[in-house]
Amino acid sequence: MAVDLFRIDDRLIHGQVVVGWGQPLDLAFFVLVDDAVAASDWEQELYRMGVPPEMELHFRSVEQAVADLAMFQARPDYGMVLTADIGTMRRLADAVPVPRVSIGGIHHRAGRKPKLRYVFLTDDEENALRALAASGVEVTAQDVPSAASLSLDALLAATGDE
Amino acid sequence: MWGAICRTMTNSGAPSAGIVVAGHGSFAAGLRDAVECVAGPQPRLATLSNHGLDADGIATALVEAVDRVRANVIFTDLPAGSCTIAARRLAKARGTITVVTGANLPMVLDFLLTERDGALGATLSAEKGRDAVFVFTAEQAPVTEDGSHGG
Repeated sequence: MAVDLFRIDDRLIHGQVVVGWGQPLDLAFFVLVDDAVAASDWEQELYRMGVPPEMELHFRSVEQAVADLAMFQARPDYGMVLTADIGTMRRLADAVPVPRVSIGGIHHRAGRKPKLRYVFLTDDEENALRALAASGVEVTAQDVPSAASLSLDALLAATGDE
Repeated sequence: MWGAICRTMTNSGAPSAGIVVAGHGSFAAGLRDAVECVAGPQPRLATLSNHGLDADGIATALVEAVDRVRANVIFTDLPAGSCTIAARRLAKARGTITVVTGANLPMVLDFLLTERDGALGATLSAEKGRDAVFVFTAEQAPVTEDGSHGG
């Protein structure tokens, strides 16, 4: 399978993704799944600037990603699928096989409680992650490849004191 | 002494618009510290870290920093960084802000010490920053006539 990395990260394409994951894992492509970005040329150009020329960046709405995921999975090289939020990833996982999801960054905002340095969750978001796991998806948290991958149970039990 | 001279230099003339340096971790604070070691306090300079902030949080903090020093140039670290994304969104919304990525100490020092301003100043300082990158590879020790490495 070309795509084993499904990442939730509210910053989408940024340094940690491109430099932290893309370069050491020799990723050939990213698939950014976001309905708003898929509908905006300007937003796409913004994210495209952050990706070096040797890496491909593809933009898909959820609907388009559902249609095209098998094509990406059939590629001989490796890539990462990115969404900015849990809801978008759930919509994707409801429609196509998503074996595991890694939370790379859900940052502080009013109403969210601290879990890890890079993960803050509302009660609804915690429940959404539990539902994602209950549907058969392995949910973990990991910001960079060199950091430990935490299980969902460990993530939900954390209180930001790491 | 040097700091005092630089302060005098930078405080002369009409007050310029400010700049914001934004980036990962302590990048901006570290760059500010380095600038101030060389050139003394920099009231035109505001800093921003993306640490712990989501995209909306970065955007809000950036607006606050830009407005605080009346910045029309934002320097960021990585072209792919979340601060760059936020800076470019703000630049699009305001229409008066220039964004420079890949900021380094020579670049930001040049901008501040030569009282540069706006898009032209940012372009010139970016050139300075680019010109300051050299690679000195390990030099081969000279070989003497008998084949041994001389000292």
